[in-house]
Amino acid sequence: MVRMTNVCKAYENGTKALKGITATIDDGEFVFLVGPSGSGKSTIIKLLTGEIAPTVGSIHVNGFDMESIKPSQMPYLRRTIGVVFQDFRLIANKTVYENVAFAMRVIGASNREIKRRVPYVLELVGLDTRTRRKPEELSGGEQQRVAIARALVNNPKLIIADEPTGNLDPARSLEIMMLLERINKLGTTVLVVTHERELVNRFSKRVIAIDGGRVISDGMDGYYNYES
Amino acid sequence: MSRNNFGYFFREGLGSIFSHGFMSFASVCVIVACLIIMGSFTLLVLNVNNMIEEWESENQVVAFVDEALTDEEARALEARIESIDNVSNAVFVSRDDAFAKYLSGFDEEENDLFSDLEPTVLRHRYMVYLDDIEFMADTQTRLVEIDGIAKVNAHLEISEGFVAISRVVGVVSLTIILILLVVSMFIMANTIKLTTFDRREEIAIMKLVGATNGFIRWPFVFEGLLLGLFGSLVAFLIQWGIYEFVVVQIDKSATMQLIEAMSFATIALPLLGIFVATGFIVGIGGSLTVIRKYLKV
Repeated sequence: MVRMTNVCKAYENGTKALKGITATIDDGEFVFLVGPSGSGKSTIIKLLTGEIAPTVGSIHVNGFDMESIKPSQMPYLRRTIGVVFQDFRLIANKTVYENVAFAMRVIGASNREIKRRVPYVLELVGLDTRTRRKPEELSGGEQQRVAIARALVNNPKLIIADEPTGNLDPARSLEIMMLLERINKLGTTVLVVTHERELVNRFSKRVIAIDGGRVISDGMDGYYNYES
Repeated sequence: MSRNNFGYFFREGLGSIFSHGFMSFASVCVIVACLIIMGSFTLLVLNVNNMIEEWESENQVVAFVDEALTDEEARALEARIESIDNVSNAVFVSRDDAFAKYLSGFDEEENDLFSDLEPTVLRHRYMVYLDDIEFMADTQTRLVEIDGIAKVNAHLEISEGFVAISRVVGVVSLTIILILLVVSMFIMANTIKLTTFDRREEIAIMKLVGATNGFIRWPFVFEGLLLGLFGSLVAFLIQWGIYEFVVVQIDKSATMQLIEAMSFATIALPLLGIFVATGFIVGIGGSLTVIRKYLKV
């Protein structure tokens, strides 16, 4: 579960990115976080993954209090979150299998667990025939699937997808979104950050819209109608 | 670190050396260059110290025995002389031997000039060898205090000169070796910084998926360790070649015959130890210094 209460964030250069965000995302929800460029979406992701700390307010992510979390606990918070980026962020010199297995290796999983879990996740994202390929040999949609598999492999409670379809054509974007929806139906909470109105409106999901560092709408109608 | 992870870290470290081939090559070259500079200086210092020690050992004190003592009494002084702390050993030279040695310095015609002289004009004496010539003056005093020793000849100015040279060489060499060590680490750290800069994205991904700082560090530590080990072994072999070449040139040279270089075999093992240890310190130290910056995410 994610709970943000009156969160403000001001950067050292004086930019006030967030001005009192309050929102709760329950376990098992699928939520779109939408808003124009500079609205504060990326700041929220950084706050949720512990890259930065809030200036004011409290944040709870999967049972971790971000105000009092120690640096030594940060890796354990991050193991409960899977993050997917617009630019995929795959390791270029590792194969598809190695990129996914790497995320398990990092948390100390045994070879047996890795050999059991990675093929399952790659099959789930439809890449079971591409395991030995390097990222550069894959299309953008396939690379994003690898990133989703990597985010999913440690069975996180929450998946945060930051503009996951930003580099993809409409057909591939829809496929990725449907894959995330499928993962959500398996029980994982999914937070998709995007500004693609048409894509959001194709799914009947909760949409939190922010602008100027404030929540301007939070509706279950699944409609992104805010004019950016 | 579990056995499972040990294998993984080792493979990652080794794999990284090859996947970042050019930077690995650059790192090894830096280690080799720094170690050879440092090693050459160390070998120079070792040889200088060795020569000084040899000259020191030849610089003995002569203790003359009182003429009033009989031969037996004179020989009995040996135990008392050797009981002095700084005395390594004392060799008795009878007046006959001393006279014969004196004459051996002249040719036969000149020896005729001394035909009327008896060995009794000379005294029995002890050639006293010291452990440390730095305390020559003190030892001289202790020798004079022995009943039956009439006079002691010690070249105090020469011993003080050796001590001064030895100290200067020691201090200068230690300073230069330390400076070179720091410079090596600095250059190595910068080379690894370039390698690590190349991989900051990889480190960021590791952090993102929940890797602990320790987990991220280990492959870099292994990489640094392997680069350090390989660099030190290459440097050692090159150093060996250079040393042997220089020794051969000294032997061939007519003007440097007085210099007697140490055999490489006698210093090979400690030198290899120093090289490997320095390679490890520079390799691992360089890796850890640089990676710390990227772990603050």
